Amino acid sequence: MTHTTAHPPAHAQRQSFLRKHVFSVDHKVIGRQYLDLALVAVVTGMVLSWLMRFHLGWPDTPVPLLGKLAPTGAAGGVMTPEYYLELMTMHGTIMVFFVLTTAPFAGFGNYFLPIHVGAEDMAFPRINMMSFWVTLLAFLVLVAAFFVGDGPPLSGWTAYAPLSAVGKDAGPGQGSGQTLWAISIGIFCIAQLLGSLNFIATTLDLRTKGMSLARLPYATWAWFVTAVIALVAFAVLLPACILLILDRVAGTSFFIPGGLVISDRLQPHMGGSPLLWQHLFWFFGHPEVYVAILPGFGIISQILPVFARKPLLGPRVFIACLVAIAFLSYTVWGHHMFLSGMNPFSATLFSVPTLVITIPAAIITLLWIGTVYGARLRLTSASLFALGFVSVFVSGGISGFFLAQPSTDIYLHGTYFVVAHFHFVMGVAAMFGIFAGTYFWFPKMFGRMMSETLGKWHFWLTFIGVYCIFMPMHYLGLAGNVRRYSAFTDDYLQPLIPLHRFITIAALFTGAVQLIFLFNLIRSRLRGPKAADNPWEATTLEWSTSSPPPHDNFGGRRPTVAYGPNEYGVAGPAGRDYVMQAAAQ
Amino acid sequence: MIARFSALVALVALASGTTPREPHRPAGGTISGKVTFTGTPPKAKPIDMSKEPNCVTQHPTPVTTEDAVTGPGNSVRYVVVYIAAGDQGAAPATDTVRYDQKGCQYIPHVAAMQVHQPLTIYNDDPHSHNIHPLARVNAEWNKSQPKGAPPIRTAWDEPEFIALKCNVHPWMHGYFAVLSTPHFAVTDSSGAFSLSGLPPGKYTVTAWHERFGTQSLEVTIAGSETKPANFVLTARPY
Amino acid sequence: MGRLFAVVVTVIALVSAAIFALHVWWLPPDISAHGSRIDRQLNETMVTAGILFVAAQLALGLFVWRFDVRDGMPPRAVKTFPGGVTPLVVLAILFVGIEILVLTFVGSKVWASVYQTPAPAEALQIEVEAEQFAFYFRYAGPDGKFGTMHPDLMNDATQNFFGLDPANDTTARDDIVVGTLVIPVNQPIDLRLHAKDVNHSFYVPELRIQQDFVPGMVIPLHFTATQTGKYELVCTQLCGLGHYNMRAYIEVKTPADFAQWLKAQAATS
Repeated sequence: MTHTTAHPPAHAQRQSFLRKHVFSVDHKVIGRQYLDLALVAVVTGMVLSWLMRFHLGWPDTPVPLLGKLAPTGAAGGVMTPEYYLELMTMHGTIMVFFVLTTAPFAGFGNYFLPIHVGAEDMAFPRINMMSFWVTLLAFLVLVAAFFVGDGPPLSGWTAYAPLSAVGKDAGPGQGSGQTLWAISIGIFCIAQLLGSLNFIATTLDLRTKGMSLARLPYATWAWFVTAVIALVAFAVLLPACILLILDRVAGTSFFIPGGLVISDRLQPHMGGSPLLWQHLFWFFGHPEVYVAILPGFGIISQILPVFARKPLLGPRVFIACLVAIAFLSYTVWGHHMFLSGMNPFSATLFSVPTLVITIPAAIITLLWIGTVYGARLRLTSASLFALGFVSVFVSGGISGFFLAQPSTDIYLHGTYFVVAHFHFVMGVAAMFGIFAGTYFWFPKMFGRMMSETLGKWHFWLTFIGVYCIFMPMHYLGLAGNVRRYSAFTDDYLQPLIPLHRFITIAALFTGAVQLIFLFNLIRSRLRGPKAADNPWEATTLEWSTSSPPPHDNFGGRRPTVAYGPNEYGVAGPAGRDYVMQAAAQ
Repeated sequence: MIARFSALVALVALASGTTPREPHRPAGGTISGKVTFTGTPPKAKPIDMSKEPNCVTQHPTPVTTEDAVTGPGNSVRYVVVYIAAGDQGAAPATDTVRYDQKGCQYIPHVAAMQVHQPLTIYNDDPHSHNIHPLARVNAEWNKSQPKGAPPIRTAWDEPEFIALKCNVHPWMHGYFAVLSTPHFAVTDSSGAFSLSGLPPGKYTVTAWHERFGTQSLEVTIAGSETKPANFVLTARPY
Repeated sequence: MGRLFAVVVTVIALVSAAIFALHVWWLPPDISAHGSRIDRQLNETMVTAGILFVAAQLALGLFVWRFDVRDGMPPRAVKTFPGGVTPLVVLAILFVGIEILVLTFVGSKVWASVYQTPAPAEALQIEVEAEQFAFYFRYAGPDGKFGTMHPDLMNDATQNFFGLDPANDTTARDDIVVGTLVIPVNQPIDLRLHAKDVNHSFYVPELRIQQDFVPGMVIPLHFTATQTGKYELVCTQLCGLGHYNMRAYIEVKTPADFAQWLKAQAATS
């Protein structure tokens, strides 16, 4: 067993503060930087959702201070419809790109993938550093949209053309704000391409002695598969963003057809196709859903056996399913476009792989539930969030059945049913994965334990809270409640307003509960009890080194791996019920 | 479209005034008259407000379009008549122009104002409107004004005839006539107007209508007199 | 703590499912000729999905209750899932696979009947123009012919929503343009969807119909309403600031009332 005596490599000492903590090439510092960025982003995104939810419940009631913060968007504290849509667009963009992609994939992946494979760092440390700073630049460009001209864009995170492409005539926020959006996402694509290449190269080339692919920890398998997905997906979104920018600033017409009259003005464009944008965007967009959720799959599959004290059921099946999902994820994008005006024959074609993808997803879910069977379950904050992940993933996954079928999508498309579906399956589930990962790895990352009491309160209130927010959205969808409405003026929506108010109260409450997490995070970082090297009795390599790991991860000698990551519930050395991957044979 | 914007060309940019204009000039000449049309004007079309039931109930008799409002004796309403040349400069007006959105209509249909004159826009309806002045010379803007939001206070920097629309209620249509002169009037339902307080001088008086185009006359004012100026615009049915 | 988890998950699953099952919030009554097939498909999916949902949540809760290690419990060995992974995989592939086959087989027929079948010849043709942020509808008028649309003539200020050219195009002069979609009951309606500016969508919950408007494309959409009454057509594709308020009413009238309405409109236009 490579045990933890820190042999800090000499060069770690000589680095300046700036080189060590800011412009560091150490994957652990970069991973933490990604997580810090995601934390800033998620707080921003959550505050935006509070404002939106409040507006949906009580559209005419002024919000204190908002009038001062946004004198144009919310004069006197009463939000305008365009300001609502601007907040919605920024909420979606920030959450999908800078939280759900950044935290579970780039953040945890950066920190733990090299340690999991037994490497000292990523394959290309400088490119790794660059990908973080490029991501930060993308975030700053996006946030800058709040401060320009008539504000951020209002075309949603999907930025459907021609609304996103024709410029100011299409309404407030469609000026420089929308251009900044497209630039920001383009920059983000570059960062992800760099990051994904690094993940792939590191996984394939830097595995330590004995670390065969079959012995890779499940989180690392998921990050690897995610990197492959991201590499292809972002490589399509990048040119799409470039074409969108050209349409906006150079007068091209990739996405704008001729004969459009916007605000009584005939637009000087012809020959473009709005459906082209949708195809390009969703060719990225659906795989992106898996970029957000597959790391969660990996994190949960790694955490559950630790706290169940037994191996993950069917590890090879799990990996096969991950790969199957990755392949299928490229064949299903058209299910976002059943009603888009594309050839209706293709709807059936896209529907079948969409439904087929539920098979590997269902198998993985059964593996998790089967892993809990017969366990010696230790319920900690981390394992509670992992079990909560399974519950919310089931809830979100099953509503996919309705949306995968063109015939039922006719009714449910564009309603709150869709909002409920993707918030459960990629929002809440991915967040639960992030929370589970945080409670699990915090001791390793910072050398201190988090408060379990606060962690459990955080879990229970969040778990109940998210169901109160998102389960009723299915009911709204069934009643035909259209999404992306800033207020409900239609006659048939009036009876649904009390349900919206319930959701708003639940959302404000659940949002406030996250302050417990934030407090726990900060307090534990400063004065949490010291963490042992392997507090959870886990097998993977990060638990063989000190908490936090030294600069080169293993104190000068690379571990040799003799076991898989799944050796739980076995007769291990020294009366333990597990065998560490780096244990001597 | 062409007619609407050709009016811009007719506008003459005036040198900035050196003597401040007194708010209520007691003496001076007056130009008054009437605007009529020849030809066939378009029929006033009933406006279908059915998407906004609030507004339907506010109008017991259906409202019709106001882009060409004609009256007895071929009179034309909503014609802006103003001094296009010969003005001796003016200080900015300080009284506020009030513009209303009520019953899904702009009231008045045409509001004339001076450059930099304060303009306040109210939403008197129990629902949201958006005000979208389709300005080309001035800075274009597009803002919603939900129920409960404060009035929008603004002003225009350059002379321009600015078409106004509400995207939420596409039938809502009005005009801001932003002029550099302090001497302007909008014809009433009988097509009549009156420009008063004019110091002696030679003036170009222009009448502008959003569909019937513009026409100018030369009028010389010698003292405290009233000079007539009648305009006959050409109407087309479509 | 395991018991608490089990109880919370069970309560969440059962309450959520009960609200679905009791139709506390549900689809409005169907008024279309094709809608009952969509409703049946939705109900079948609901039953299957509901069973899967409740079963998965209850199994999770049950296992957590059963296998949680509480203080003072004697140590015990872990057990693997009975039969291992194979039965689970087979179960998932068979159960979900069959479900997929059934749903696809039945569902694609439902889909095809709405979107892959052209409107019958006797259908009433109506043109729909969607713009920020309203719908306008055009009937051919007494001559039975639609005037040509000219984008350069479209102007909201003059109420020329369809860009008609009555000065030169005589077929356009009698076209009837209104802001409410008035249709006869039990007669197939054949719509042509035009988008003037950006994407919009045509959604009438009661008619079980939804279709995007796409700029640059004319998209056909057909349906038959089976009950008279007044309904709402709303936009479901984000189109800008007034998206939330983009709607029109649909009035389904008896054939006699419809004929009378059409005649009255022809007289005024």
